[in-house]
Amino acid sequence: MGAKGQLVSRRKLSAKNSMKDFKMLLHQPLLLLTIIAVFVLLFIFIMLPIFNVFKLSFTNAEGGFTTQKFIEIIQNKGYGQTFLNSMKLGLIVALVSTFIGYVFAFALTRTEMPGKGFFRAIATLPIISPPFILSLSIIFLFGRQGLITKTLFGIDTFDVYGIHSLIVVQSISFFPVAFLTLTGILESIDTSVEDAAYNMGASRGHIFRTITMPLSAPGIASALLLVFIQSLEDFSNPAVIAGGFSTLAVETYRIITGMYDLQGGSLLAIILLLPTVCAFLLQKYWLKGKSFVTVTGKPSQKGRKLHEKHIMWPLFAFCTVISGIIILFYGTVLIGSFIKTWGINYTFTLEHFEYVISLGWDALKNSITLATISAPIGGILGMIIAFLTVRKNFFGKKVMEISSMLTFAIPGTVLGIGYVCTFNQKPLLLTGTALILVAAFTFRNMPVALEAGTSTLLQIDRSIEEASTISGADNGVTFRRITLPLLKQAFFSGMVYSFVRAMTAVSAVIFLTSPKWTLATTKVFSLFEASKYSAAACYVMIMIVIILTAIVLINFLVQTLLAPRTKVYK
Amino acid sequence: MKTMERDIEEIQQFSGKSSGVRLSGVTKIFPQMEGNGEFVAVRNIDLNITDGELVTLLGPSGCGKTTTLRMISGFEYPTSGEIFIGDRPMANVPPNKRGISMVFQSYALFPHLNIYENIAYGLRVKKLSKSVIREQTNKVIKLMQLSGMESRFPSQLSGGQQQRVALARAIVIEPKVLLFDEPLSNLDAKLREHMRDELRSLQKRLGITSLYVTHDQSEAMAISDKIVIMDKGDLVQMGSPKEIYEYPNSPFVANFIGKANFLRCELKELKDGSAFVKVGDVPITVPNPGPVEIEAGGQYCLCIRPESIELMPEGDGIPGVISRATYFGSKMEYEVQMGDNHLIVEIYNPQLSVLFHEGDHVKTKLDLECIRVLKEEEIIQD
Ligand SMILES: Nc1ncnc2c1ncn2[C@@H]1O[C@H](COP(=O)(O)OP(=O)(O)O)[C@@H](O)[C@H]1O
Ligand SMILES: [Mg+2]
Repeated sequence: MGAKGQLVSRRKLSAKNSMKDFKMLLHQPLLLLTIIAVFVLLFIFIMLPIFNVFKLSFTNAEGGFTTQKFIEIIQNKGYGQTFLNSMKLGLIVALVSTFIGYVFAFALTRTEMPGKGFFRAIATLPIISPPFILSLSIIFLFGRQGLITKTLFGIDTFDVYGIHSLIVVQSISFFPVAFLTLTGILESIDTSVEDAAYNMGASRGHIFRTITMPLSAPGIASALLLVFIQSLEDFSNPAVIAGGFSTLAVETYRIITGMYDLQGGSLLAIILLLPTVCAFLLQKYWLKGKSFVTVTGKPSQKGRKLHEKHIMWPLFAFCTVISGIIILFYGTVLIGSFIKTWGINYTFTLEHFEYVISLGWDALKNSITLATISAPIGGILGMIIAFLTVRKNFFGKKVMEISSMLTFAIPGTVLGIGYVCTFNQKPLLLTGTALILVAAFTFRNMPVALEAGTSTLLQIDRSIEEASTISGADNGVTFRRITLPLLKQAFFSGMVYSFVRAMTAVSAVIFLTSPKWTLATTKVFSLFEASKYSAAACYVMIMIVIILTAIVLINFLVQTLLAPRTKVYK
Repeated sequence: MKTMERDIEEIQQFSGKSSGVRLSGVTKIFPQMEGNGEFVAVRNIDLNITDGELVTLLGPSGCGKTTTLRMISGFEYPTSGEIFIGDRPMANVPPNKRGISMVFQSYALFPHLNIYENIAYGLRVKKLSKSVIREQTNKVIKLMQLSGMESRFPSQLSGGQQQRVALARAIVIEPKVLLFDEPLSNLDAKLREHMRDELRSLQKRLGITSLYVTHDQSEAMAISDKIVIMDKGDLVQMGSPKEIYEYPNSPFVANFIGKANFLRCELKELKDGSAFVKVGDVPITVPNPGPVEIEAGGQYCLCIRPESIELMPEGDGIPGVISRATYFGSKMEYEVQMGDNHLIVEIYNPQLSVLFHEGDHVKTKLDLECIRVLKEEEIIQD
């Protein structure tokens, strides 16, 4: 017997179990069809494009395998520098964002600080706002015509373009990710340990160092990795304010659009893909990934929160300063959109709005349409995959889980290249259509819905769904009548996130837009490149209004459509 | 009068639909998460539940009761063996098509639906006509005394009420078989007894074949037609509560159902169904040794219930010393030291009997009729 005998029997057993799982599936055709459909979709829209990026990178003109281009790229000093730049930026931003995020999360979950609602709102602003907005603002404030640099101090030698601005802009953009992750962690830590230590006479500082900090360490690591991924993926900010500081995401774009070198671009894309995927897998499996969305969990803390003045007020001051900066940045853009010529003629005008609306209305409409189509698809798909992977057993479940999560870690640029080379020929000829954009939005933004759905489902007693089944409901009815309503909140966050990301996507769609389907973000980008900053400011302001309206609408729809039946029939 | 008629009508309505359950050689093996081993949760179980019966699966936690129940419901499938409901094999029938219903330990009420909709759920799923749904639902609401709570939500009900809703939801679809997984374990002791009796009378009235899982032996005794004792995945004994209590087939069963004293003995002779044994030097004649196969010369143990022993200040009997005396009101419980052995003795209605104190010398008299001879095994005595 020994280990070998057991191994064989286990394999037999697993085979037998899989067989029975499969037989059971045959008797639930809807479930089986759904599983197959999801696999097909994941294959076509996630795995195949990624595979094609690799294929393109390592194929020579005759169609054979080659590493020649790869070696060229690696040995190219410029690209080496680009890689180091991206890493350096990612690391610094991860550290700064996580620090800010931690202070915010700690202050908001652990103290009795006033103004928490306000700070929370401020910290969500960067998540739902269009790209370019902070870059715009930093140019308005510190650029050659900058309000602070030129108008206030008369400096015109300050160069706003470069890594310093990128660090500021990205840190503000991404600290909310760290904030949300860490809020989840801090809320889930049982405070009774801390209280016990305090009652035994430990000082607050000591408790923080010896209990709170170590317990939240996995969350900190998670936050670092998630921000690192976001920074590496980021295209819009480095594209406009990096100056001479090249980053992978932007360089990939430049090679392809400027030098028409798709192979070089896809190789750079792979170099960009590797660290993000590694960071993601590390976060997911080593740290057992605390989610990257609002953790739906319920705060379990009771008892008195920290209220000592010498702790609370410094935290309050810190949050106020950061919030002040954010307000300053957004306010600048708001004002900028009504100013005739920034830095020269500060008179009020609506002319930019007129210009933007006449020029960019179609693109806005496109963006809204496509986001509206892809958000519910992504939301539902996320819930379905969450339901399947949490509640059902089938062959290949792990593959489904990983591949559907993976798009979170796949930089938009990489996905874009993958889509371009996958869908440019029959039978999957989609380039130039709206469908390719909808697909890109749906699959790129679905992981958040999936993550929210998964973590909610894990908290719902599975016997609730079993009770539905045993009452005679098949999987479809159970999903629609029980699971989905219970996942309402997750579904809402998933939809909102999908919508916002679709409205604000740049990197994923920059290769996919076509003259017929221009998008709002690409319009902003071109305004930016033409240095029409005030027009760009108008445009992003209009986008913010649209996004906020959409969030309210989506909330209303989800609440109404999934409202419980409450009538009683006597 | 009227209600009586209606009750009879109900009974006819339900009993026509219920059917028996049969398990044949059912085994469930889970692959183990860590390492390469496997874990046998249920081993080769044969079980027959006749139509209208209430059978209880009883055993310590982790012995495979829930797993058995889940195999019958279809949420797990047997690694080998067959399950029949009525005469139909269930291997390829998904849970929602088995015509069974289940009351969950956590009740599993739908939190987003009100009580009315919770109960009506199974009928709506069947797409019955509105009027039928209304009629059936209201009938069950009345039957379960839930009138007036229809528009509340589960979180607004007490534990006992939630329990009733769970039961109402389970019976409204008129299942062939009703499964219960420790349904009362979340209630406090008083309510538990009340609900237990209510549940049993309802089950009898409706005549639904039921399988009930519990780890509480008194609950099992109180409600079952038949008890099935399980231990580490094995079915170790099956019978009516009376049979199991009076004729346990192993020290494990004897100890699990009620209390028992075990005395190591040697079987000297078997004659006319009586067993002549020796406990140490003391010879004892057991006229009714029970179901276990025994043969002369073997080592066995005697099983004696605490209430089958009498204590006397003097006279015929085995001498012993009281080492503990506890007053429980309805009974006295003594611990009697007899050489190496000690016996637990219960004397009911202590008002009418002589009270002993710690240190008293007593004579013990065993009710020989009530002694069973069992195979020796490791006895876990608590
Ligand atoms: N899905 C599963 N995977 C692995 N082991 C399981 C699974 N379900 C139950 N078990 C194991 O099977 C044994 C019996 O469980 P269960 O039937 O729930 O016991 P009971 O209901 O009698 O307390 C337990 O040891 C449990 O750990
Ligand atoms: Mg159990």
